[in-house]
Amino acid sequence: MKIIVAIKQVPERDARIRIDAAAKWIDLQDVEFMMNESDAYALEEALQLKEAHGGEVVVVSAGPERVGQTIREALAKGADRGIHIESDDLASYDALGVAKLLAAAVEDEEADLILTGLQSDDLGLGQTGVIMAELLKLPHASLILKIEKTDKGIKVLRELEDGWFQHLELPMPALLTIQSGNTKLRYATLMGIKRAKTKEVRRITVNDLLTANPEVKIGDRVLDLEKVMLPNKQRTTQMLGGSPAEAAAALVEKLQFEVRAL
Amino acid sequence: MSESTNSVLVFLEIKNREISRISWEAMAAGHALAEGLGLPVDIALVANPSNPILATIHGKAPRTVYAIDDPLLHAYTQEGFTAAYAQLIHYAKPAYVVLPHTYQARDFAPRLATRFGQVLISDVTGIDAAAGAPAFIRQLLQGKLNATYRQAGSGPCFLSIQAGAFRADPAHGGTTTVEPFLPKLHKEEILTQPGEPFRASAQTVDLGSASILVSVGRGIKEEANLPIVQELASALGAELAASRPICDNGWLPMERQVGSSGQTVAPKVYIAVGISGAIQHLVGMKGSQCIVAINKDENAPIFEVADYGIVGDLFEVVPALTAAVRKAKG
Repeated sequence: MKIIVAIKQVPERDARIRIDAAAKWIDLQDVEFMMNESDAYALEEALQLKEAHGGEVVVVSAGPERVGQTIREALAKGADRGIHIESDDLASYDALGVAKLLAAAVEDEEADLILTGLQSDDLGLGQTGVIMAELLKLPHASLILKIEKTDKGIKVLRELEDGWFQHLELPMPALLTIQSGNTKLRYATLMGIKRAKTKEVRRITVNDLLTANPEVKIGDRVLDLEKVMLPNKQRTTQMLGGSPAEAAAALVEKLQFEVRAL
Repeated sequence: MSESTNSVLVFLEIKNREISRISWEAMAAGHALAEGLGLPVDIALVANPSNPILATIHGKAPRTVYAIDDPLLHAYTQEGFTAAYAQLIHYAKPAYVVLPHTYQARDFAPRLATRFGQVLISDVTGIDAAAGAPAFIRQLLQGKLNATYRQAGSGPCFLSIQAGAFRADPAHGGTTTVEPFLPKLHKEEILTQPGEPFRASAQTVDLGSASILVSVGRGIKEEANLPIVQELASALGAELAASRPICDNGWLPMERQVGSSGQTVAPKVYIAVGISGAIQHLVGMKGSQCIVAINKDENAPIFEVADYGIVGDLFEVVPALTAAVRKAKG
């Protein structure tokens, strides 16, 4: 089975939030980056399928040079090779533009499965995978927790709302967006990290990608992120300070006499 | 109405044989948008035109209700819904397409928007329609940042509305026309075969009936640390709940999970311990009467919805709180 996993590098979960000068994004100076959480689960699913059925796992990611670290991390965990779409201004593309780049980079691979996380932890639009499926004319299923190979294709477990689930059967090739949490993520072993250094990472600029795929037209953005701002508070919060014991006593008093819940 | 090229079209969703609550909220958002722009509102849903559910449509009266009907839509598939909705959009030619941000919409709406060369503006929490081209607010970085988006291209603008972001409109009078819409669907184009939805296990905990919930998140770090929140819960006579990562790790069963993939709760008191407050969690608990947040990060989004906040190390604050509760209860 040949499986492509589209991964995104995102700011680390606890990254400090300072709005940049243009008010378009956060200031990325001193920010550490990590693999998007649900993409890490997509990679794990791909590696487990490869272990069970053989084949190849190829990771693809778009962004500036630092994205190379996240691709290496995926290779260290067991992916076979990587494709890095180099772009220093990925934010100038909307979700459709990014999905077009990713689709163009993987189309010739003719993979059996394309996996990606269900949404990014930074922009959270939750669409890149589904848009790719439409562009590549593949059937898709979203919010997938489990993948089983069958004689005819795959059987997947999809998470619905309120603790409900559903099985779906799809033919291959197909695209799946993966929900976090179904399995334990593996760590890269020392051997894996060593091996990753010798694995192939094909780096391709957006221009070269578009020259090689003249049928792909990125076109103008259809959606603009105009500005970012810190959220307004939805409620007035009374902060209870002091030592842990003082704060706890103050809270108990509020719960007793103001909320009347004790 | 097919000659209209400027309207707001709201798609409603049916769940458990009712129009879902979030659909009414999406409809209210559609009306708010339409009023700012002076546009009529049409609504659409997958139902037989004689389905009594159509009579339950309330709130401000839409101009037209499209009842989309085809046997291939009886079970949801992304192929069927994308094709049927696309055909209706080609027919009704709305300027705006509004959907509730549900797991179903998340599954097909990005595909639908792509078919029109558009990007779905997903999980919208606010609309500023006063200034000509409307601005849409959505959350970034798991709720730590808000962003304003505007459509840049031409063509229908697609948006999905976050649960709880808009209040459903009360009933208004008005006349509505029900118009059947029969899409042309082909069985061979539907490649995914859906099974019947099922529940993993019988629910044994009813978080919805607890008056106090102590809810624990990533900040607890390890399963071995759970007893400190369990002790707080038992001191308060509360049920223990959790955010998604805790249940993903198997530290607590999924039936204790609060949030968009778990339960929606609104207890008298909700105590969030070591929960940063990602959007997916907040939609499940922001209706609580009193929210208490205990977190080491003063910038955690949970504090935006909290009535009382304690910034500190939960491993110090929670035992202190348990002791204070025991003392108060004598």
